[in-house]
Amino acid sequence: MTAELFQQITSAAFAIVIAVAACVAYFWGSNWLLEKFLGTQNVEALPEGEATRRDSLMGQISPWLFLLPALLFLSVYLVYPVVETFRLSFFDKNGINFVGFTNYSWLFGDNDFRQSIVNNLLWLIIVPSLSTAFGLVIAVLADRLWWGNIAKSLVFMPMAISFVGASVIWKFVYDYRGESDNQIGILNAIVTAFGGEPQAWITLTPPWLGMNIPVNSFFLMIILVWIQTGFAMVILSAALRGIPEETLEAARVDGANDFQIFFNIMIPQIWGTIVVVWTTITIVVLKVFDIIFAMTNGQWDTEVLANLMFKWMFVNFDYGRGSAIAIIIMIAVLPIMIWNIRRANAEEGTR
Amino acid sequence: MTAIADRVDDVRPAASAPNFLSRVDFGRLGAHIALLFLVALWTFPTAGLLVSSLRDKDQLAVSGWWTALSASVAQDVTRLPQGNAGTEENGLWVIRGNLFGEDTNKQLQSFGLTANDLGAAQPGSSLPMNDGGTITVQADGSYEWVADAAFTHTRGPRVFYIAGIPPRFTLENYAEVLSANGVARSFINSFTVTIPATIIPILMAAFAAYALAWMRFPGRGLIVALIVGLLVVPLQMSLIPLLSLYNNIAHAFGAEDGKTYLGIWLAHTAFGLPLAIYLLRNYMAGIPKDILESARIDGASHFKIFTGMILPLSFPALASFSIFQFLWVWNDLLVAMVFLGAQDEKLVLTGKLVSLLGSRGNNWEILTAGAFITIVVPLIVFFGLQRYFVRGLLAGSVK
Repeated sequence: MTAELFQQITSAAFAIVIAVAACVAYFWGSNWLLEKFLGTQNVEALPEGEATRRDSLMGQISPWLFLLPALLFLSVYLVYPVVETFRLSFFDKNGINFVGFTNYSWLFGDNDFRQSIVNNLLWLIIVPSLSTAFGLVIAVLADRLWWGNIAKSLVFMPMAISFVGASVIWKFVYDYRGESDNQIGILNAIVTAFGGEPQAWITLTPPWLGMNIPVNSFFLMIILVWIQTGFAMVILSAALRGIPEETLEAARVDGANDFQIFFNIMIPQIWGTIVVVWTTITIVVLKVFDIIFAMTNGQWDTEVLANLMFKWMFVNFDYGRGSAIAIIIMIAVLPIMIWNIRRANAEEGTR
Repeated sequence: MTAIADRVDDVRPAASAPNFLSRVDFGRLGAHIALLFLVALWTFPTAGLLVSSLRDKDQLAVSGWWTALSASVAQDVTRLPQGNAGTEENGLWVIRGNLFGEDTNKQLQSFGLTANDLGAAQPGSSLPMNDGGTITVQADGSYEWVADAAFTHTRGPRVFYIAGIPPRFTLENYAEVLSANGVARSFINSFTVTIPATIIPILMAAFAAYALAWMRFPGRGLIVALIVGLLVVPLQMSLIPLLSLYNNIAHAFGAEDGKTYLGIWLAHTAFGLPLAIYLLRNYMAGIPKDILESARIDGASHFKIFTGMILPLSFPALASFSIFQFLWVWNDLLVAMVFLGAQDEKLVLTGKLVSLLGSRGNNWEILTAGAFITIVVPLIVFFGLQRYFVRGLLAGSVK
């Protein structure tokens, strides 16, 4: 065991050295070759026009030398798989026989898939809106108070915690003991302190109190809200500080109260940032996997697309159906992706 | 003039309403209370985990972590041994033992012989037994059952009791989870995965970012658009093709499957590249143009400008990205499960925690200590380098 560990650690160290050395060798080496064959150090020795020709040739080649390793990695690990997943979604379990749209038509008839779509929609509505709202409120409050920075640090902290770690933290909060026992989960302790009945929150399927709402999914969403609020807060706080002081002062002079300033001045001023935060969290939500996997693995009607995809890929080893689910997630991300690209292009144009 | 006016303003509210309450700024007080409440909401879950992981495991199981400082009380029952365990001492027959078993620090509060009569006797007092003789139980749980004649019972009678567990904080849970549950091994695995996966992409991304920020060439806009697009491509799109690819390569080399550290390093490197290039490019594009142009006029090549000037200047952005990548790789579960597998000796901490959730789901002493070990490294990185982290976040989301 120790020998094996030693080997593991040395191989990691070795990998770092090799990889860095390879990068250095590639970049320096290719530059050296370029300088050697197209260098213009001895301009006098070159025939008329040769120096200019070499310069322009070098200008054409060197960007691609800079980009090559990154592009290679991106093509193999991201571009090719996107195309391949798309292709596989039209093939059978083992990716051998073409089956047309069978995987997709199966999907839309599948109960788990429908459940996932409903749940994902709920996640998409609730998590970004709650995270952004909490983040905004905390940012506004913290900027007014002397201990605001400490508060922000503490709210920001869950950003550093893994989804799995957060799941354990919240599973402990939701822990359920029988009615006659002491509750060790703080949520049930609060509920029983107010005279309520303790509940096993995670397995609570509808109907609950006569309502047809997936309460337990909501308790899972809280975990992601808890993590993402810090992100929203940091970005929005920076945007709030960008509002010119004169604008706020003018509003105050005109007799606006705090709430009017918040809703009529601040929010319109930072609307663009709110949208960015919202879309970023939306992407996180679409890909959310760890929380469901660790907490319920999709039981009790909490299934989501990413977990469903994992099941079809690694439990049932059906690459066709797994790919089809991945494509559905991709389609959901696509509008945001296109919007991002257009925005980036517009910015590029102004540079 | 103004000074006088200010004074008048100062005095007026106090004069018109001389009681203390009117001077309190309710808006500000409300803000303090609201923020305090929100911060409590955000910190309590983690605090509960940390406190619980340090508590005695018997106490953790029966009382909430917010009561950690007060003694907890539990009811329990112990069956006494059979008659043949008795020994003869000075003409009397005796059975001795401890209700709590060995090695506990519980405190007996009361005991009785039926479940309905837990409070029948205080520590140190005696109760008559149905099988003959009397039993005396001390506060530390040690009992002495004394009778005039030899014990004949074949089924040991039960003693019911209420015991207090004094508050006790300990590192035992950590010792247990690290030694017996393979968490120490996973800790090393997590580092093995994370450090190379953080370092390898940096140089690659920096060169690419420079090309995209400062070199003019056809197709640049297209590549920038590609990178921005790849930023949000779900990982789920990559898993199946890459897994097949890895397995095919492994089979070609005669290996069983493609689950290696090398595989996961390269995968994480690639998955981190879009963000790395995007962040670094944004940062480099913000470096004043004059610096670069004067260097160009002096005849320096792009390579020299990049390695000599831009790379050192970009240190803050490189630091931001390294922190992101470190946290993301350390906290990742999906990529590790797909490309490294779920065998015990290859589990990273997140995977280990999930497997503990499955196998030890009710052993909160294991889960809380395990979870804290999982999150402690990112927390240190985060609090130590928060400045760079925030800067990176702000650069990563387009203004």
